[in-house]
Amino acid sequence: MSQSIKHLHERFQKLFPAMDADNPSPADEAGTDSREEAEPLEAEAPAAVPQLRCRRTEHAKAGYDLDLAVEPQQVLEAAGVLDEGGFAIDMITGIDWPDDNQFELIYDFLHFQGPARVVVRTRVPRDRPEIASLSAIFPGANWHERETAEFYGIQFTGHPNPIHLLLPDDFQGFPLRKDFKPEPDPS
Amino acid sequence: MMELQPVHATGPQETFVLNLGPQHPATHGVLRIKLTMDGEFIKDAVIVAGYVHREHEKMGENRTWAQFLPNTSRIDYLSAMMYTHAYVGAVERACGIQPPSRAEYIRVITSELNRISSHLVWWGAYLLDLGGMTPLLYAFDDREKILDLLEALTGARLTYCYYRFGGVLEDVDDNFIAGTRAFVKEFRPRLRMFRRLVSENIIFRKRVENIGIIDAEMCRKYGATGPMIRGAGVPYDVRRAEPYSVYPELDFEVATDPAADSMGRYKVRMEEMEQSLRIIEQALDRLPDGPVMAKVPRVIKVPAGEYCYATEAARGRFEVRIVSTGKLIPHRIRLRTPCFGNLSLFEEAARGMMLADGIAMMGSLDLVIPDIDR
Repeated sequence: MSQSIKHLHERFQKLFPAMDADNPSPADEAGTDSREEAEPLEAEAPAAVPQLRCRRTEHAKAGYDLDLAVEPQQVLEAAGVLDEGGFAIDMITGIDWPDDNQFELIYDFLHFQGPARVVVRTRVPRDRPEIASLSAIFPGANWHERETAEFYGIQFTGHPNPIHLLLPDDFQGFPLRKDFKPEPDPS
Repeated sequence: MMELQPVHATGPQETFVLNLGPQHPATHGVLRIKLTMDGEFIKDAVIVAGYVHREHEKMGENRTWAQFLPNTSRIDYLSAMMYTHAYVGAVERACGIQPPSRAEYIRVITSELNRISSHLVWWGAYLLDLGGMTPLLYAFDDREKILDLLEALTGARLTYCYYRFGGVLEDVDDNFIAGTRAFVKEFRPRLRMFRRLVSENIIFRKRVENIGIIDAEMCRKYGATGPMIRGAGVPYDVRRAEPYSVYPELDFEVATDPAADSMGRYKVRMEEMEQSLRIIEQALDRLPDGPVMAKVPRVIKVPAGEYCYATEAARGRFEVRIVSTGKLIPHRIRLRTPCFGNLSLFEEAARGMMLADGIAMMGSLDLVIPDIDR
């Protein structure tokens, strides 16, 4: 499986050439994730804005093998490549970075044939959070996107059924935003 | 609100809406499925989830790393050990803590006991769904023994908070080891009896064979894991695919079945109980001496960064992603729960099935609703 991770790495580098030309990352050559080790304990938030990159990470350290950071409009293409490669959707994670005025979106993919997990991450502006839905490629993304949408207020364009999944239909606000204030209890 | 529709004389195109749940014995918790029925056939199924939503992920953002520990056992209350394992594993991975070998073995033993007790609940409840009362009583008889063992060790019967960053709370005593050995010895013939009693039963087989086909491709598209994917013939098991703890040192087989139907998933779980017994036996034989806690700082501070850790829970892949900014409280805790992906394919898979078969399929998914709603 490490062979196909290597293959995928090369494929992504070809597909999104800007990332290597503009932001050569030393981690690419090392083949390991240097960020976790280098960061001191009291460090600021990790990497203000993720640079476009594709790097191998060490599974035992990060929990995934390939880490790809792309522009929001490239996520769909990356997911298509992973779909062709037989990857399964694992989860979608939203993270609020109020200091950067951005939401981070992390798409996790896994392969049933061995230790290969690929992470595709991107960031959308907090004041206009919009990204294309993956549910046409992975129907399993449907629920994950509904969940991310209701908790962060991120709009997934092209989503077939953009209604609340876990929250009540009439719930106002986005609870996982850092600035969320719950309505005071009426009692 | 659902619109009420008048009941007319039926024509060939007539459909009606049927609410399954939120309080229905076959949903095993508070889950509502809005079914559009064409006679006995399901035309369309819409899952309405969230009735037991507690927002564990938000809770994670307003308490310290250690204070979130009890939350992890309340997500899937039937396999709390594996869930706690994933969370402590993520923090240990981030902080570079290496738990002592004895603690890892104890974790494996207790996790596998928990897996058996979880599968026993599923087995009894599933057959209850299908109309058999007796198996539930047998299953709970054996499960009680596991719960007693774990209660004596951890103080809890379901919501264990036994694993800690760097090890486990307390060392096991001789009673636990002797009791576990005795359980393994007693449970093997019981499991064989369960198979004779139920697995070969013709009424049961007619209810589950070729019912609810969920193939590997569908599992891939929806991210279904655990007995779902193994019941479709793919030997994907986190314990082998992304080895953690001391599982690489233990000899066991990943149970699979190529049938991809409800029977396939049934057989996989039955075989998994057998394999768990094997794991427990080996782990007891090899249990090393030594401490059960590593040296860890009193106040855990996780270095800034993002880390994932996955375990094979009773229902499939459970994964925790933690994001730290180096502060005392987490920036984000994301919980990837197996039932979420496993249930999300129900809407597609149930289309065109007969209602009674839909129940047979839903039972074979082994749902725990708080695991979906979190």
